[in-house]
Amino acid sequence: MSHGIRPLPDGGYGVRLEPEERELLRRLAAELEQLVASEDVAVARLFPSAYRDDPRAEQEYRRLVRGTLVSGRLEALRMLQARAGSDRLTQKEADAWCGALNDLRLVLGERIGVTQELYDHGVDPDDPKAVELSIYGWLTWLQATLVDALAQVGPSGLT
Amino acid sequence: MTQTIEAPVRVERPERREVREPDRPWVVIVWDDPVNLMTYVTLVFQRLFGYPRAKAETLMLQVHHDGKAAVSAGTRERAEHDVVRLHAAGLWATMQQD
Repeated sequence: MSHGIRPLPDGGYGVRLEPEERELLRRLAAELEQLVASEDVAVARLFPSAYRDDPRAEQEYRRLVRGTLVSGRLEALRMLQARAGSDRLTQKEADAWCGALNDLRLVLGERIGVTQELYDHGVDPDDPKAVELSIYGWLTWLQATLVDALAQVGPSGLT
Repeated sequence: MTQTIEAPVRVERPERREVREPDRPWVVIVWDDPVNLMTYVTLVFQRLFGYPRAKAETLMLQVHHDGKAAVSAGTRERAEHDVVRLHAAGLWATMQQD
């Protein structure tokens, strides 16, 4: 089996990663877990506005859904940490990984100021943010293999 | 994502909201961003709205090329329900009255 995540013939998903990659996943997920409920500027990307022109409605929206959104994210990040060493994922675990990987990319992308050009030109090794950019690129690759695997199994995985 | 996509959020709403122009539908808009993968956005549209792959891809490409796309419309409650699920999935979604 090639490096990454793919569907298994008998159900579920196979994960092939190096030990250092698994450790990195654990560390990144643990770091974000500590920040999700905070007022961190980059983490704010995980909680966009629903109402752009109605501050009162927006305030009410946040009051009603913020807790649910935070707890869903925490659950997925904890699942990613708990199963980071696993060679197999259930559908539920794979879905949680996908959401957690996406959240990691959103926050890291916000921090390093990801733009469309990044994908066109790749990472400059002399860039002061080269390490973060490399981690971002690796997360992007991993999530892409997972999304492809989920799409192969079909969109009804969550039902 | 599992938990948040699976579990619809029931939103309690104060009485005052109900009286505002009930006839005009609310539209849910997804905006382009440089992080969410195109394949991921397509999968989210398929899963959340039950759209066939072709329709989900068309909407995703519209977001990508035009900067935004209207992905669903209906009552205020329905739109807010959709926005919550899109936010749970990490997409940049807003709602407005048509």
